[in-house]
Amino acid sequence: MKLLSGLAATLFALAIWQAIVSATGLPKFILPGPALVAETWWQNRWIIAEHTWVTAVEVIIGLACGTVLGVVTALQLANSRAARVLVQPMLVFTQALPVFALAPLLTLWLGYGLWSKVAMAVLIIYFPITSSFFDGLMRTPPGYLDLARTMQASRRAMLWHIRIPAALPSLASGMRLAAVYAPIGAVIGEWVGSSQGLGYLMLLANGRAKTDLMFAAMLTLGVFSILLDMVVRRATAGIAGEMR
Amino acid sequence: MTPAPDLTVRGSAAIGDALLFAPLTLTLAAGRWTCLLGGSGVGKTTILRLIAGLDTGAEFTGQIRASDGQSVRERVAYMAQDDLLLPRATVAQNVLLGARLRGEKPDLRRCDQLIERMRLQDHMAKKPGELSGGQRQRVALARTLMEDRPIVLLDEPFSALDARTRADMQDLAAEALQDRTVLLVTHDPGEAARLGQSIVVMTQNGITPCQPPHATAPRKVDDLETLETQGALLRLLREEAA
Repeated sequence: MKLLSGLAATLFALAIWQAIVSATGLPKFILPGPALVAETWWQNRWIIAEHTWVTAVEVIIGLACGTVLGVVTALQLANSRAARVLVQPMLVFTQALPVFALAPLLTLWLGYGLWSKVAMAVLIIYFPITSSFFDGLMRTPPGYLDLARTMQASRRAMLWHIRIPAALPSLASGMRLAAVYAPIGAVIGEWVGSSQGLGYLMLLANGRAKTDLMFAAMLTLGVFSILLDMVVRRATAGIAGEMR
Repeated sequence: MTPAPDLTVRGSAAIGDALLFAPLTLTLAAGRWTCLLGGSGVGKTTILRLIAGLDTGAEFTGQIRASDGQSVRERVAYMAQDDLLLPRATVAQNVLLGARLRGEKPDLRRCDQLIERMRLQDHMAKKPGELSGGQRQRVALARTLMEDRPIVLLDEPFSALDARTRADMQDLAAEALQDRTVLLVTHDPGEAARLGQSIVVMTQNGITPCQPPHATAPRKVDDLETLETQGALLRLLREEAA
């Protein structure tokens, strides 16, 4: 049923797309039709696959590093008042900086290759992961803390056995946000400076007025993002159940 | 477990400038059930939390003492209205929570015995989500017994249960917590009349000791004197509130 409705929505979108192309008669270097994009995608499938692989590696490493960093930061914040006073404002400030503005700097520091893109992905997901997990850690249902106190639990044991398990659903929702954001970070990084990846391919195609190839790369990125979202959803399903 | 001591709470509590309860003296007799009955907001839960050493949001002036002079808060077990079971842990793991939190070696044999005593042996490996409300509260009771403390604090643990399950739980708890110093905070006059070996009514005006029925607790639900006591307690609550 879900598959069927997804198929229907896709067909509907394709029909609108084709209708606009037919009705406006725009040249194909402005707006290529779905059939042309599909053909171009098929002809360039190996090139697209190669660039998709590069972007996927950046995104997955970024997702892993960003999650670990975010989790560690949230634990530190939850555990120490000093960390909250010193680090929290900094965290908010970094979030206020547009990531786009940092991209050239990261390319300068980390070079043209993989790591500047990983860093972009990490930067873009670090805050959602940290803040959602931290919120979860600070909102443990108070009854559980009372119970743990009457059992003479140490702070550490309380964190490990009560607060972290109670915060896992919040972490799961942070990770789902991260799965959506991480590809954006990697692609921005590729736009600013790279010789590989879907972002690079899109920029290259755009520069040569190969709009059909640009669409093919863009749609591939979209499909990749949806797949990533599904994988992360499935992976976090086990920890997503709320503690009352 | 040390023998159950007498427990005395003497003092008053205030939130800011507003008095929550005026100076009072509440004595919990060693090895007996004391039911503290009262409406919402009179401070009965505050008294329980003070004994447990938990945050109350109120400032308490006075003292809480055990007759044997030893520390109180390290010898309490606590059970609340919410069963507070960890949703991702099994029944057995929940019963063993205290040992796990203290980093002690769990006493698995005792855990098995308690689970059997609470008639939960068919559910040991289940998660709380698979259990009924009554079963969950039995797990919470097993967890409380696992702590094996001389003082047991019960904060309306049965009030969310349906009438039949509530009566079953009252019987089970009364039997299982014999010989401990128990404080049961409740707003249900029927519960106080069934379980109290001493009954204290708490209102805005302070606390009033009441005569419990003569039958041994847990009393039959249709015991005449128990029903009369229930009525008398309810009348007292209503008069004091008026």
